Amino acid sequence: MKVCDMMQQLDMKLFSGASGIEKEITGGYSSDLLSDVMGNAEEGQVWITLQTHKNIMAVASLKEVSAIVLVKNLQPEDDVREISNEEGIPILGTAMDAFTVAGKIYAMLK
Amino acid sequence: MLFKYEVEGGNFSKAGFASGEIKKILKQINIDAKIIRRVVVALYEGEVNVVAHAVRGTVVADIDDKQIYIRIEDEGPGIKDIALAMKEGYSTASEKVREMGFGAGMGLANIKKNADWLNLSSKVGEGTVLEMKTFF
Repeated sequence: MKVCDMMQQLDMKLFSGASGIEKEITGGYSSDLLSDVMGNAEEGQVWITLQTHKNIMAVASLKEVSAIVLVKNLQPEDDVREISNEEGIPILGTAMDAFTVAGKIYAMLK
Repeated sequence: MLFKYEVEGGNFSKAGFASGEIKKILKQINIDAKIIRRVVVALYEGEVNVVAHAVRGTVVADIDDKQIYIRIEDEGPGIKDIALAMKEGYSTASEKVREMGFGAGMGLANIKKNADWLNLSSKVGEGTVLEMKTFF
């Protein structure tokens, strides 16, 4: 499944990083602890979080995740969108909480 | 090849700069992607430690065909009990730092896991030196 497929099927909002929406999603990781994501997320996974500050892009870029999904209608700060555009790692938004959206993505990837 | 970067204490928006640059360099010299990820995870955690705890620091990376050696030196409060600091889950980070998703006591554990060799030394009231090596 590509990032754009997930976006469409789950009616997600695209905040930034549009050049990366064709990337393949290999799995997912849900966590708000940046060190946990650094230690355990894998390349190509979609990262589900409620963190919206600039450091999420450093983590996303170093780990080469396929996309970041912000839950509960949270929005990325402006400088975060800028880096997302530069890196081509999409930041998406959903009204769902982490549990619900993780469940849906999990089911779609099965 | 020797590379040097400055790290500013308290400035989270710049955390990850050195790791991003090192990642680019290692990619250019065709180091295996898995090894690059291990290096940058360890380096990023090291940068965040300086930002979260110290006043300022420097990152020096020495890369040759066999390994990368990284030395992160800071001016800061130092670490009183290194064994305790290495323990997963132990952290002295502030509430503000925790709210950002850092300070869960996983940083040094992540560094240990991702480096092939690690040396941590510290003087309370002066600063900390973290050295690590990853073999290609």
